[in-house]
Amino acid sequence: MNILSFLILIPLITALAILFVKKERTIKLIALAGSVVQFGFSIWLTFFYIGMRKAGATGELLFQSSLQWFEPIKIYFSTGIDGISLTMILLTAMVVVAGILVSWKIERQVKEFFFLIVLLSLGAYGFFISTDLFMMFFFLELAVIPKYLLIGIWGSGKKEYSAMKLALMLMAGSALVFLGITALYFASGIYGGQYTWDINQLAQINFPMEVQVPIYLLIFTGFGVFTAMFPFHTWAPDGHSSAPTAASMFLAGISMKLGGYGALRVATYLLPNAAQEWSWIFIILASIAIIYGAFATMMQKDLKYMNAYSSVSHCGFVILGIAMLTKTAFMGAVMQMVSHGIMTALFFAAIGMIYDRAHTRQAQELGGILKQMPFIGTAFIVAGLTSLGLPGFSGFVSEMTIFVGSWERTGMFYRIATILACASIVVTAVYILRAVGFAIWGTITNKEYEKLKDASWNEKAATILLIAGIVLIGVLPFWIINLIQNDTITIFNKFISVAVAN
Amino acid sequence: MSIYSYLMLRFEVVITLIIFILLVLKLSDADKKEKSFLVGINVLLLVNFLVGLLPIGEGTLFMDFFRSTGLLVLQKNILNLGLLLISLTSYTYLLKNNNRIEFYILMLSSMLGVFTMLSSGHILVLYLGLEMSTIPLAALANFNKTQKNSSEAGIKLILSSAFSSGILLFGISLLYGAVGNLSFENVIANLQMNELTILAFAFILGGFAFKMSIVPFHLWTADVYEGSPVPVTNYLSVISKGSVIFVFISVLYTIFAGFTNAWLYAITILSILSMTVGNLFAMRQQNLKRFLAFSSIAQIGFVLVGIAGASQLGMTSATYFVLIYLLSNIASFGVIGAISDSTGKETINDYRGLYKSNPYFALIFAVSLFSLAGIPPTAGFFGKLFLLTSGMGNGMYLLLAFAALNLVISLYNYLRIVKAMFIDDAVEVLPVVEKNVPVKLALAVCTIGIVIIGFVTPLFQYIDVLSIVK
Repeated sequence: MNILSFLILIPLITALAILFVKKERTIKLIALAGSVVQFGFSIWLTFFYIGMRKAGATGELLFQSSLQWFEPIKIYFSTGIDGISLTMILLTAMVVVAGILVSWKIERQVKEFFFLIVLLSLGAYGFFISTDLFMMFFFLELAVIPKYLLIGIWGSGKKEYSAMKLALMLMAGSALVFLGITALYFASGIYGGQYTWDINQLAQINFPMEVQVPIYLLIFTGFGVFTAMFPFHTWAPDGHSSAPTAASMFLAGISMKLGGYGALRVATYLLPNAAQEWSWIFIILASIAIIYGAFATMMQKDLKYMNAYSSVSHCGFVILGIAMLTKTAFMGAVMQMVSHGIMTALFFAAIGMIYDRAHTRQAQELGGILKQMPFIGTAFIVAGLTSLGLPGFSGFVSEMTIFVGSWERTGMFYRIATILACASIVVTAVYILRAVGFAIWGTITNKEYEKLKDASWNEKAATILLIAGIVLIGVLPFWIINLIQNDTITIFNKFISVAVAN
Repeated sequence: MSIYSYLMLRFEVVITLIIFILLVLKLSDADKKEKSFLVGINVLLLVNFLVGLLPIGEGTLFMDFFRSTGLLVLQKNILNLGLLLISLTSYTYLLKNNNRIEFYILMLSSMLGVFTMLSSGHILVLYLGLEMSTIPLAALANFNKTQKNSSEAGIKLILSSAFSSGILLFGISLLYGAVGNLSFENVIANLQMNELTILAFAFILGGFAFKMSIVPFHLWTADVYEGSPVPVTNYLSVISKGSVIFVFISVLYTIFAGFTNAWLYAITILSILSMTVGNLFAMRQQNLKRFLAFSSIAQIGFVLVGIAGASQLGMTSATYFVLIYLLSNIASFGVIGAISDSTGKETINDYRGLYKSNPYFALIFAVSLFSLAGIPPTAGFFGKLFLLTSGMGNGMYLLLAFAALNLVISLYNYLRIVKAMFIDDAVEVLPVVEKNVPVKLALAVCTIGIVIIGFVTPLFQYIDVLSIVK
């Protein structure tokens, strides 16, 4: 059996175990144990992967295996990972552990909650390890309904509306992706001689331009919906703000990354000619998302809405990095995915903790959190500083890499986009510092808040885990850069070979 | 006739035998002991299903009037499974109804018609089988004799099916005028495309469209589904519809194979209309039977996308989808039937908070709805996407754009019910509905099937091998 199948098996076994257990505490412990084992396994896998690379393994993807699934239409259950998918897996495992820890106090329908959370993570792991497009799509879709139910049942505010909107928009996005990959499947038969869904084999085929363009636009837009790309971002603010804390963390931390990963690995990597000609569309959309997201964040009073809009802005950087098509920009995009994933999970966790205690998320009504709850307040500030790109934290490294990568692309248009993106940092600083000033510092305005308690053991553990991740990337970025460098170069080399061929 | 021929005819023979047994039983008082009677008949249907699984069955009989191929045997097995499951889910309903024997005789007669139709090697035999499968249904639709809307359903069904049979028969007569002999082989050999045969094709298509309730021939569907007793609605939506789909594909792919360019346009338009109208109307429904009526119209639209592939994959994916659709719909109607039998509630609002009062039914209903919506890991996901893949293979881009749009609309429709069951609070809490063993068994089989079919890959391969278009 292939080593990667454990990444699917561990959550699957956890989910089944949860189904057959009655006691609530046991359910929580099983979920936590499963996620910790998974996290440990991912770390071990990372070292194993690095070891194999050092020993001279040169394949684009390692640990490849393939099982027959639907033979008549060439669908295989094929897996394989490279550095990019490995970092995504690490990110997922980390956010899942943190998400389960902060949901410790959940009381209503505990079994269903943890079952759905584990199912959601199963979808993400499966997505990142698949090298067969159909299988990838299967896991992409698998994660949609758990989100709907998590928001609908355990959410707050106008949860029915938000949950439905999110489910329908993601479904529409995945329908676009499906049309694109199916067209790619048939195109592979015509231009490659043999029908296939396999990414490695598809990458060998040179599709003509008129085939590439529609497929590229379909797939990129479809995945763009998942990444909350402007103008398909509207599910994100509503969805995030209505979701329970853990679901928000998953949505922003993991789900939005599925889109970025797909846009890079499928749309850009497999269809380089079309990407070269048409990625300007997505550069424009990303620039709008960055600026619009940042200004929209300034106008928000609800902390969760604030972070949701700032996620739109930050994920705009991911799209920008991918669409810029330079080596450094790709690397920056991947790093931004990881960095934003951890940072936003920390943000939502901190907001969730504040909301659980103060029962409000309005920045104006809060105040003096730091005095009363120093731990939670600090977590919020760390997340904020990462968001605005303070050196030493992960946000600085990843955004800097994207800016440098974007600048490598010469031409007036690209320069303007880069400058606009850089300028948004200032706006980010304004809204972050304002939020921190209102909610965290200052004096305690509401007497009720003087009774509030600081974080409990589980919340502390989750926070420390996430902060450790942020600092690790911020202080030792080379560690992660070494992991993904080769793979971004592989993707970039396709563009060089395309340029030579033309 | 050799013993081998009987084995080929086994589906028809066993069903006829059961009908005779029932007729004899009617003379005695056997059905007064309702429980033992119902267990007995279900055992008979199980035997019927198992006999169907015997491997022998290719060839022709009666001067090619009857034919049997591997694919036909598989399709009959699928329908037999459906019959057994429907019979199990109607257990509660039939406990309270005193005309059990008549119910089964009518249903099995219709089934005999279905088998005749599927195996026909001559268009008139096909027509005969089609009639035989619909006429008993009118009596079944009227089975709640004291209820007004049940009579309405019966009348509507018989009138509209008589009308559509007329259209079909007119098309067949035109075809006869064009080729002079209605055996399949002769029609395939001599059919040429001209004004007369195109007209014949249009009428035949219209007739089939009525039976499958494709928009714009769907107007009878919702009323009939709503008025009929739930087991009958179940039969109508699953067996009756599924069998006509099977026949329709083989007619399109064999007899009218030379007309592909002509029928692709027709199928595209009908498919777009069915999906869109079905889904948009389903959005406004409160009654669950009406809802599922429109949802099944939309599902047929999806099957047409697969058929538009005009390839082996079209045949495979449509057959595969019918199997999945059958399990999902039987599970949905099984739940609706169980709840309606014991509480009389049938609207979406009544289902609010169902997960809290009857978690077992709510979960099964949700799984079947997800399967209908095409959400992984349920089998509906694979079924629906293979249909779309088949359509993409033939380059039907406009059709696929509509199909993708309808995936989203249909998700909204099905999530509406999921929301009522899992998210909303109950207005009036439903009592705990009793679970009879046969109903539980049938629902469990359906649910397990829905969950695992996507991972039992030899099944799809087997269908694919059988579906080679000749």
